Amino acid sequence: MEILVCIKQVPGSNKVEVDPVTGVLKRNGADSKMNPYDLYALECGLKLREQYGGRVSVITMGPPQAQAIIKEAYAMGADAGAIVSDRAFGGADVLATAHTLAQGIKKFGKFDIILCGLQTTDGDTAQVGPEVSEQLDIPCVCNVKEIKGVEGDNILVDMEMAQDIEHLKVSFPCLITVQKDIVQPRLPSYLKKKDTENREIVMYTLKDMEDQNKNNYGLNGSATQVQRIFPPTSDKVQVTWDDPADVLAEKIYSTIKSRKLLG
Amino acid sequence: MSEYKVLDASDLEAISQYVPRERILWADEINEEYSHDELSADASYPEMVVKITSAEEASKVMRYANEKHIAVTPRGAGTGLVGSSVAVEKGIMIDTTLMNHFLELDEKNLTLTVEPGVLLMEIGQYVEEKGLFYPPDPGEKTATIGGNISTNAGGMRAVKYGVTRDYVRGLEVVLADGTIMEVGGKVVKNSSGYDLKDLIVGSEGTLCLVTKAILRLLPLPQKNVSLLIPFPTLAQAIGTVPLIVSSNVIPTAVEFMEREVIMDSEEYLGKKFPDNQADAYLLLKFDGASVEEISKYYDSVAQICLEQGALDLLIADTDERAEAIWKARGAFLEAIKGSTTMMDEVDVVVPRSCVNEFVEFVHDLRKEMGIRIKSFGHAGDGNLHVYILRDDMDDKKWAEMLGKAMERMYLKARELKGQVSGEHGIGLAKKPYLKESLPKESMKLMQGIKKAFDPNNILNPHKVCFD
Repeated sequence: MEILVCIKQVPGSNKVEVDPVTGVLKRNGADSKMNPYDLYALECGLKLREQYGGRVSVITMGPPQAQAIIKEAYAMGADAGAIVSDRAFGGADVLATAHTLAQGIKKFGKFDIILCGLQTTDGDTAQVGPEVSEQLDIPCVCNVKEIKGVEGDNILVDMEMAQDIEHLKVSFPCLITVQKDIVQPRLPSYLKKKDTENREIVMYTLKDMEDQNKNNYGLNGSATQVQRIFPPTSDKVQVTWDDPADVLAEKIYSTIKSRKLLG
Repeated sequence: MSEYKVLDASDLEAISQYVPRERILWADEINEEYSHDELSADASYPEMVVKITSAEEASKVMRYANEKHIAVTPRGAGTGLVGSSVAVEKGIMIDTTLMNHFLELDEKNLTLTVEPGVLLMEIGQYVEEKGLFYPPDPGEKTATIGGNISTNAGGMRAVKYGVTRDYVRGLEVVLADGTIMEVGGKVVKNSSGYDLKDLIVGSEGTLCLVTKAILRLLPLPQKNVSLLIPFPTLAQAIGTVPLIVSSNVIPTAVEFMEREVIMDSEEYLGKKFPDNQADAYLLLKFDGASVEEISKYYDSVAQICLEQGALDLLIADTDERAEAIWKARGAFLEAIKGSTTMMDEVDVVVPRSCVNEFVEFVHDLRKEMGIRIKSFGHAGDGNLHVYILRDDMDDKKWAEMLGKAMERMYLKARELKGQVSGEHGIGLAKKPYLKESLPKESMKLMQGIKKAFDPNNILNPHKVCFD
């Protein structure tokens, strides 16, 4: 079974700063990490390999320093990795990103299952996964909360909907995006890190792509333009109660219950 | 028959002159939680709880109590484990939790002045936002700093940074007769007579009441990386610690953990631990200016560990990864507690080279006595937390087994030249063992110090060194 996991390098800290002039996210190469949501996708891929055999590859789009997260994926157990990188890809929105990734994936190989994290911590759109599937013309299931297993050329998954859970059987090739906490991601291994220090990372640039039309990539290929990025206003609500202990206990309990913090 | 005055309505009226009645709890108003701490089997209700908001209030209450010979028990968040905040002679309990203000952050002297009711977790958050660092890191983050000072709490970073006493520069205290006094200050060095400040830290509320603390801060290390190191056996894991300690790198934390405690924690938190390949683990943490600098440290540690049989070294280099491990580690006490009906603990500290011998002794003891005993601890500083679980034992058998297990473990710790408590204190629960482990002269000196501070013995009676 050929498994591909899409991964992205994101800022290392949750305190993301926005450049007030350009409105662009400040990316400091020295302080970055693999998108935490992608760790769940990668772990799902590694678990599928353990259970059913095959290979786990990873692909990322980003500047050359994003190779660091491919090395990280190697230290977690991935077999092969590719980076899609070219100045022409810069400034891409979700559509252009999905197109570029899909082009890279076609070049990289044939895959039975493509796994993505639900979203990224910097872009937050949760759209790149499904759009990649669209570009590759393969079925897609989002919000997967459990992978039940593989049956022949199908994968069985539970998709979480607002009101209910859908059991789905999806035929290969397909793309699924997995939820946070679907599994507990393993930690990178020191031994694997040392073993894979010199393992190849494939690099694809525009000239490697099937679609050579520059207008489909980067800023030119973007259907949306970001006008302004600004930190959101906090929606934290603070309530103060001043009641006798028994009333307070009841209030706290019903609040916790209504917010579904208690089972 | 107690030598202390039993409180009556006149005392309530008198104390209400000093502290508004709405901050006084009396008779039925006193909640059950004021009768015990988090673990100790001892329970006793105070007759009055006074929620003070200033040293002046505390001073008036203490002066009154001293004149009337009423027992006074200080209490913070009640997270102690040895009964230090249990009002054995009833009387007045002074609750410091409303004194929870940050008074001053002095960035020139790198000090933070706080009231005693500020919680440890609030201190961490407050200073880290400003790029500063308060290193003591006990597992119980909801403890008050007053409580931490009272027990000289240690925690996981002690290997590199030391314990609470090392980070208290000065204190404002209220003596038993109501005198408000300052000891120490913002000075870095101090050779001016006996160090009363260091004596008060760790005195468990028996010498005076702390009403203000000047804490020493450090610049916040920019990065930290944790290593989770699976070993085939616990003996191999712990045996590696002295080699790490004697190498040139100093981790901030060196913890050991066993599979069965990790499983308790998984169940308690409802969250899987990031690894399950081994029965025993070491957990190391390093800090430094950059990930590159830190990876240089752990390269040499990795060689040591692999030579000693480590299966691998797992790298937690992001907040999410570190949290997955440390959250589990932080939940060990509660998780073990949740796995049984009742438990008691041993908080011995032994020389670091003897940790393995002590842990093996505990394993053998468990087999020999046929009871469940779980342990985890700070392998890097020799401080072990061993928990004896009651499970379904009846009262008689529990008392007998507990007594026997405790006795054997403290004896072993003495044999290894260890001490009764590494960080939880003596309180009531460990008093007999302290008495057995220290020379008579040492106990006499402690009692003399107590008498000098509190001649009428009103402050937290029967704790630490007094019967």
